[in-house]
Amino acid sequence: MGLNQYLSESNILLGLAAESSSDVIRQLGKTLLKDGYVKESYIDAVINWEKTLPTGLPLDGDVNVAIPHTDIEHVNKSAVAMATLAKPVTFQNMVGPSESVAVKIVFLLALEEPHAQIEMLQEVAGVVQNAGVLKALLAATDPKEVLLAFEKTETDSVSD
Amino acid sequence: MIGKKRILVACGTAVATSTVVAKAVEEALEKRGIQATIQQCKASEVPSKAADADLIITTTPVATDHGKPVIQTLAFLTGIGKDAVLEQIIEKLGA
Repeated sequence: MGLNQYLSESNILLGLAAESSSDVIRQLGKTLLKDGYVKESYIDAVINWEKTLPTGLPLDGDVNVAIPHTDIEHVNKSAVAMATLAKPVTFQNMVGPSESVAVKIVFLLALEEPHAQIEMLQEVAGVVQNAGVLKALLAATDPKEVLLAFEKTETDSVSD
Repeated sequence: MIGKKRILVACGTAVATSTVVAKAVEEALEKRGIQATIQQCKASEVPSKAADADLIITTTPVATDHGKPVIQTLAFLTGIGKDAVLEQIIEKLGA
């Protein structure tokens, strides 16, 4: 009941070349739109949301993460899309929007009501807190490796 | 103990990061034997809901002119400084 239930190979983009946070959101959002998880309005809604309520998470190591998302009305079914970036892209810090965060891994979240996807959200947070998994994600060249890395964290978190 | 403490957990959507934070805070307080009622809301709803809370925890900037203590933190998402923030929460709750 974890992340892999919401993440498919077709929604994983590795070594993505992107110009800006909006560009990442657009490219990842298209994969969710294509698979029917989100409505036509979703991509613009996330981009606008990011401008007022940014989602960059500065971490301890040299890898920072962003988790763009938006209101539930733009979503058909909960899902996650993930990208590793060829070059870091600037997001603003969630808790302090004036601060820029150089982000290398993006989880684009399509969310329904809060309790529908609590395991998924907790697992994203678990990945964010796990430097080893973040490293494995950055090293991945095939979406299958990403899914495998998440399977391992699920096993780990059982004993948490 | 005098009644349950009331914590309002805010984020942009009220469905994403506040869900993770609410769950993490609830579990951490439970381990310390502190009972709290936790409600989630959007950052924009904080001014109208602050009156019913003893403490506001948020992952995004919120209004602070309502006289209730506010803790702005990413600790429950990133894991960084989690123990220190937990101590701060307990202190502000006066629990």
